[in-house]
Amino acid sequence: MSWWRDEAREPLRRNLGLVGVLLALFAIGAFIRPELYGDPKWVTNNVLVIMTQAAAVGVVAIGMTFVIIGGGIDLSVGALIALCGVWATTYATQSYGTVGMIFTALAVGIGAGAVNGLLVAYGKLVPFIATLAMLVAARGLAAQISGKQTQISNDAFINSIATTRILGIPMLVIMLLVVAALGWVLLNRTTFGRRTIAVGGNPEAARLAGINVRGHTLALYALSGLCAGIAAIMLTSLATSAQAAAADLYELDAIAAAIIGGTLLSGGRGTIVGSLLGVIVFSTITNLFAIANLPTEVQNMVKGAIIVTAVLVQQLRFDSVTKFARRHGLTRAGAPPEAAAATPAP
Amino acid sequence: MTKQNPDVSRRRLFLGAGAVGAGALLAACTSNEAPPAVAQTKGADNTNPNAAAGKAVTIGFSAPAADHGWIAAITNNAKAQAAAYSDVTFKQVEAGKDAAAQRAALDTLIAEKPDVIVLLPHDGKELNAFGLKAMEAGIPVVNLDRAFPDALAYRLQIKGDNYGMGVAAGHYIGKTLKAKGVASPVIGEIAGMDELELTQERSQGFAAALKTYGFTVANRRAARFTADSGQKEAANMLQALPKIDAIWNHDDDQGIGVLAAITAASRSEFFMVGGAGSKKAIEDIAADKTVLKATVTYSPSMASSAISLARLLGQGRGMADLVELAVPKEIILASETITKENASSYLKLGF
Repeated sequence: MSWWRDEAREPLRRNLGLVGVLLALFAIGAFIRPELYGDPKWVTNNVLVIMTQAAAVGVVAIGMTFVIIGGGIDLSVGALIALCGVWATTYATQSYGTVGMIFTALAVGIGAGAVNGLLVAYGKLVPFIATLAMLVAARGLAAQISGKQTQISNDAFINSIATTRILGIPMLVIMLLVVAALGWVLLNRTTFGRRTIAVGGNPEAARLAGINVRGHTLALYALSGLCAGIAAIMLTSLATSAQAAAADLYELDAIAAAIIGGTLLSGGRGTIVGSLLGVIVFSTITNLFAIANLPTEVQNMVKGAIIVTAVLVQQLRFDSVTKFARRHGLTRAGAPPEAAAATPAP
Repeated sequence: MTKQNPDVSRRRLFLGAGAVGAGALLAACTSNEAPPAVAQTKGADNTNPNAAAGKAVTIGFSAPAADHGWIAAITNNAKAQAAAYSDVTFKQVEAGKDAAAQRAALDTLIAEKPDVIVLLPHDGKELNAFGLKAMEAGIPVVNLDRAFPDALAYRLQIKGDNYGMGVAAGHYIGKTLKAKGVASPVIGEIAGMDELELTQERSQGFAAALKTYGFTVANRRAARFTADSGQKEAANMLQALPKIDAIWNHDDDQGIGVLAAITAASRSEFFMVGGAGSKKAIEDIAADKTVLKATVTYSPSMASSAISLARLLGQGRGMADLVELAVPKEIILASETITKENASSYLKLGF
């Protein structure tokens, strides 16, 4: 058994695959606009722009990864970003200053996430329905609070987050990496993480093992809400404003990033690094399309094709590939593929 | 054992009290007591014979509950203009979230038999049948901005000029660059929602006007009329074009994000033209501290004018300055260019 057949190394293979995709996208860019990609200063800056644009989606994708590993789904994150952003930028909230705005965004996120969790864990609603209802309701509430107007942030500190660089690295990128690192530790090095995997893999077995499945589910949705709150602060800073229609379809971007990063939609498996790479892949595609001056509709089609391909690859589990190879005599040690193919199948 | 562990209950008490406190604090934070937005109305003008009170008119009104500043301004303006007339009763029905909901709401409005209906449809094609129905029932329909394909479906059409907006932006950019003596300029365009016909019209007008100067658009991105989408598209466009001479951004609301992206990238070698004419954009142009040097209007003041014209229709009067005794059938507002020089006179029209 070599490393690329080892089931346990599956996440590593997938992440290397995503890195390969990123390199391929870079090569395409270099082919289209060699004059830009030949300039190291431009390339460095472009990588930072791609990462900055990935920051807000990246944070919600990490929360989403926890929810999906735990056997759920959260369709409300885009709407929650809009709600948190709008709530944090009302005249009343802004009068409390930076701390008030940040507290509001995070508290509204956690609160709305907890409502999702209550509906799913204790109300026995299907996650898809509960969070879809939250999506509609949160956008409605955001429109109600904002009076359908774009609310401009006048807070100098909030607005400066997007323009601040520390040692040349944008603050938003640092925030994304910190959230990702915390997420990695939480998933891989704590009982909370182990329980998340257990609850998503087999809730009944987890319950019998003494895990408070309902309480844990509630915590996962609250965590996703918290991530939406953080993303709302990031997005408010980037756009120096918030509005009810903001973060349009972020839930799909976050789910897609988690899936192409190898998180199993049925729960029980997934990685933080995979989701992070997934978000960066999508952000790179958006960037590449702008650089190639191609229209958005083509970009959306490519995005769709990538998601479908990733899920197909996920379904085409490695064992089926092995079976296929064995049936066609491709696995005989030492036999070159041509020779093996020439041998008639039994 | 029924006795509770005191530690747990104290912790819960803290948690509960904390949650209630946070909730109360947050509820207080939804207040949005902004300096009230000034609506765009035409005040009484004693020299205008149309200002004199006439027959009492009931005007039914419906516009989508959209999450965009422009639509909000449309409804505010219509209300405020109606309130300025002593002889007008204003009856607003909610338009719901799609064409079907608006149709249902409008059917109840017909039953109440208003004298005139002013309507900004979700979609002109989908509500064409309603226009026909109301006209057959003898209620004149004023279509606001989103045209019905069938001429029998409305008595009056009043709308902005999307193609003209593009033309105005193209001419401003073309003239400015010619005056600067730039031979082959790099021009960027950040459009709104690409699936809308109005976005296509704006882009066509822009390209056509630029063509008269021998210029073309180097990079075109489509955002979603929101500040965050404008920020994203602008940030990527700035990467695609290391040196830019001019940018036209279709919408001032999304322009907030576009300007944020430009500031974050520390770029200032170009100038930008906006679209729609929001209050913030006009203030920015007047202050002249950003790259935003002009904006081309698509003013929601058309809702105020629609109410004034609907009143005249209901009273069977014409526009006093014109020879005709009836209100015209179609009015297309010209797109105006707001620059630093005239910004002060347009500030009251910003939304």
